[in-house]
Amino acid sequence: MTDTPETYTAKDEVGQVRARRTRWERTWIELKKAPLTAWFGMIVIACYVFVAVFAGWLAPYAEADSSFGAYLPWGDGHVFGTDQIGRDIFSRMIFGARNTMGIAFATTCLAFLIGGGFALMAAISRGWVDQVISRFVDVLMAIPSLIFALMLLSIFGSSIPSLIMIIAVLDSTRVFRLTRAVAMNVVVMEYVEAARLRGEGLGWIMRREILPNIMPPLVAEFGLRFSFVFLTIAALSFLGVGIQPPTADWGSMVRDNASLIQFAQYDLKAGITPLLPAAAIALLTVAVNFVVDWFLMKTSGLKE
Amino acid sequence: MSDDLLLHMKNIVIDGFSDERWHPIIKGIDLTLKRGEVLGLIGESGAGKSTLGLAAMGFGRPGIRLTSGEIWFDGKDLMTATEAERQSLRGSRIAYVAQSAAAAFNPAHRLIDQTIEASLSHGVKSAAEAAEDAKSLYAAMDLPDPENIGFRYPHQVSGGQLQRAMTAMAMSARPDLIVFDEPTTALDVTTQVNVLAAMREAVDRFNTAAIYITHDLAVVAQMADRIKVLRYGEEVEEAETQEMLSNPKHPYTKTLWAVRSIVKAAETSDDYVLQIDNVTAAYGTVPVLHNVSISVPRGKTIAVVGESGSGKSTTARVITGLLPPKEGQVLFNGEPLPPALKGRSKDQLQRIQMIYQMADTAMNPRHTVREMIGRPVEFYLGLKGRAVDKRVSELLNLIELDDSFLDRLAGELSGGQKQRICIARALAAEPEVIICDEVTSALDQVVQEGILRLLMRLQKDLGVTYIFITHDIATVQAISDEIVVMWMGKVVEQGIKDEIMQPPYPEYTELLLSSVPTMDVGWLKGAVAARKAMTIAAQTGEA
Repeated sequence: MTDTPETYTAKDEVGQVRARRTRWERTWIELKKAPLTAWFGMIVIACYVFVAVFAGWLAPYAEADSSFGAYLPWGDGHVFGTDQIGRDIFSRMIFGARNTMGIAFATTCLAFLIGGGFALMAAISRGWVDQVISRFVDVLMAIPSLIFALMLLSIFGSSIPSLIMIIAVLDSTRVFRLTRAVAMNVVVMEYVEAARLRGEGLGWIMRREILPNIMPPLVAEFGLRFSFVFLTIAALSFLGVGIQPPTADWGSMVRDNASLIQFAQYDLKAGITPLLPAAAIALLTVAVNFVVDWFLMKTSGLKE
Repeated sequence: MSDDLLLHMKNIVIDGFSDERWHPIIKGIDLTLKRGEVLGLIGESGAGKSTLGLAAMGFGRPGIRLTSGEIWFDGKDLMTATEAERQSLRGSRIAYVAQSAAAAFNPAHRLIDQTIEASLSHGVKSAAEAAEDAKSLYAAMDLPDPENIGFRYPHQVSGGQLQRAMTAMAMSARPDLIVFDEPTTALDVTTQVNVLAAMREAVDRFNTAAIYITHDLAVVAQMADRIKVLRYGEEVEEAETQEMLSNPKHPYTKTLWAVRSIVKAAETSDDYVLQIDNVTAAYGTVPVLHNVSISVPRGKTIAVVGESGSGKSTTARVITGLLPPKEGQVLFNGEPLPPALKGRSKDQLQRIQMIYQMADTAMNPRHTVREMIGRPVEFYLGLKGRAVDKRVSELLNLIELDDSFLDRLAGELSGGQKQRICIARALAAEPEVIICDEVTSALDQVVQEGILRLLMRLQKDLGVTYIFITHDIATVQAISDEIVVMWMGKVVEQGIKDEIMQPPYPEYTELLLSSVPTMDVGWLKGAVAARKAMTIAAQTGEA
C-alpha cells in the first residue's frame, strides 16, 4: 500500500506557491493601479477627515462665537464673512465637518450593526424568523423615510442621540435587504453546513463563516450609505429639525444664510456664501462615490 | 499538405496572465486532424486540454493569448486571420460543445431557436429549413419526441437531453470540426452511455472531425480514433487508440492506465456502529426515501451507489440530522439518535463527521488551513493554544502534508490538497463514522488514487468507519467492504462486495454495472445493444 507511483505526491500538487504577500504589499499594489478618480476621492476624504479631527486647532474662531457684526463681507479677518448673528462662517464650516461627518459616521455604523445583524440572523435561521423580520422591514420601507423621520423627530425631539437613532433605524432597512441577499448566497455553501453539523452557534456562523465572505459588497454599501445618511442629516437640518444651533452644521448653515443668495447681483461673494456648505456636502458625496466605484469594480469585476 | 488534412496546428505556444505576468500554458504542441477523424485529448486538470481545444478555433479565453505558432484550418491560418474572418468560421465550420450544457443554454429562449441560431446568423440555411433540419438532428441524437422537444425551454429537459441538444446545435450548420469539451463529465453513468452513443453516431454520420477533451480514459477510448496525452502544457504521447490502450509507452501514460490498481479484500462484521432502521423521508411533501434500512459494520467501508436522484445524499442528510425522517430512526451504537440536528448533543455530533464532494465549497475561502483544522480540535476536544497547533501538525502529517500549509487559504491549494484538508478536518473530531459524499468524483484519476489510498490507510490505523456515497463503480470496487445499491429512494440490495459484484444481479444493478465504460474500444456498441434489450431502460431513462 506504500507503493504510490513515484510521479505523484500530495505535497507537490501545487508546485510553486509563492510566499504570500503581506497585507501592506497587496494594498500598495492595488493602490498603484487605482484610477485617477479614486485617488481624487481618497485625497478629498483624507482632507475632510483631517479637518474634522483637528477642527479645534484649524478654526480661527470658536464654533458659537457671535461677538462679531452680522453679515460682515469676505476678507478682513473673516475669510467667508459672518452669518446673520455674527459668527465666523469659515470657522463654522470647519466645525461643521466634524459634526456632520461624525454624526453621519456614527449613524451609518449603527445602521449596519442593526441591519446587518438582523439580516444575518434572518439568512441563517430562515423559516418564520426570516419572514417576521423581512415583513417588518417591508413595512418600514413602505413609509417615505423623510416624512417618517420628520414625524419621529417631532415626537422624540431633535437631540443628537435621537437623530442618530432614528436615521440609523430607517436606513438599516436598506442594509438589511442587501446583507440578507448576499448572505443567502453564502448560507447555502457547504462550509456553513459543515459548521452547523459541528454544532456551532449562531454567533460563530455569523461572524466567522459568513461575514468574512460578504465584506466587499458591504464595504461598498457602507460608503454609499454614508453619503445618503450625510445628505439626510443635511436635509433634516435644512428643514430645521436636524442638528440644532448653536452646533455648527452644513445643512442648517445653508438654511440660515439662504437669503443671502438674492444679493448676488450686488455682491457676488455674499451670494456664494450659502452655497459654500452645500458645495462641501457635494464634494464629499462625489469623493465617496468615486472611491466606492473603484472598490466595487475591483471586487466584483464589474466593468463600467 | 495533403488534401484531407483539416486542421494543422504547428508549434503552438499559449500564455495565460496571472499575478501580473504571462505564464506559458501550452508549450509548443503540434496537432493534426484529418477530415472525419476524432482526436481524444486527455490529461489531468491544468494540463491545457481546454485551452488547446479552444485554440483550434482560433479563440483564447480572456486572460489568454495565443503567443506563437500556426493554426491552419482548411487552408487558412487562424493566427493571422482577422477577428471577422475567424468569427465567420466559428459556428458555421467549427463548433464547440461545452461541459455544462445547463450553463451554455440561454434559459430565456426555446431550444430550437438556439439550435438554429448559428445557421441563421451565418446565412447557411433559411429559418424553415434549419428548423426542419434541427428536428431531424434531434431524432438523430435519439431525443424523445423530436418534433416537439425543440419548443421546450432548457429547464424543461434533463441534463442528458440538454447535452444532446447542444450537440445538435453544434451540428446544425454541418461544421467540419466540433470541439467537445468534457461533454459528459457532469452526467450520470447511465445517462452518459446514451449521450456518448448519440454523439459518436452523429459524428460518424456527418463525417465530422472532432476534438474530444476529457480526463476519463474509458470514455475517450469509445470516442476517439487517435489519442493525445497532455501534461503541464506539453505533449506526452500520441498514438492510435487501439495502440495506446494496449501498449502505452511513456511512464506517465502508464500511471494513468494503472490507476485502478487498488485491491482490497472485502471483510465484514456483525458489530454494527450505525443502523438506519426503516427510514422514510421527504422534502416537504415530495417523498425521497421509502423504508430505507442500512446496517453499517464497525471499522469497515460501506459503499452506497446509485445514480443522482436515487436518494444517496438524502440518506446522508438523515444520518447527520439535517433532514429529520418522517418515519423510522437511526441507531448509533444501539442507541437511537435524536432525529433533528438541534436535539443532538455535542458528543453525538462529534462521532459522525462528513466529507463533501466539492472541497471548494466545503472550505471557507477566508479561513486558513490552521483555522479550519484547528476549530474542531478546539471545539470538541477543548484544547487551547499550543496544544491545538501541535494537534493540527499531527493531522497534517497524517494526511501527508506538512506545516508549510498552515497559513494557506483554500484558493492556494490544489483540488486533491483541498480534499485532504477536508479529511483532516473530519479526523480532527476523532469520529467513529465518516460519511464521504462523492469525495473523489471531482478529482483527476491520479489524485483520486492518492485520496483513496489515504482513506484506506487511515481506516487501517484508526479503525474509522466509512459510509462512501458514490456513483463511480470503479471506486466502489477499489475500497468497499459492503455495497448498498439504491434506486428511486429504495434500497435495491445490500451485501458484501463480492456477492453484489457477481451475477445474478437484480435488474437495476445490472444496468448500473453495464453502464460503466471500460477501456475497450468496442464497449460502447455492445453496451448500447445490451441496454436496448433491457426492458428496465425505458423506466430509468432520464425523462
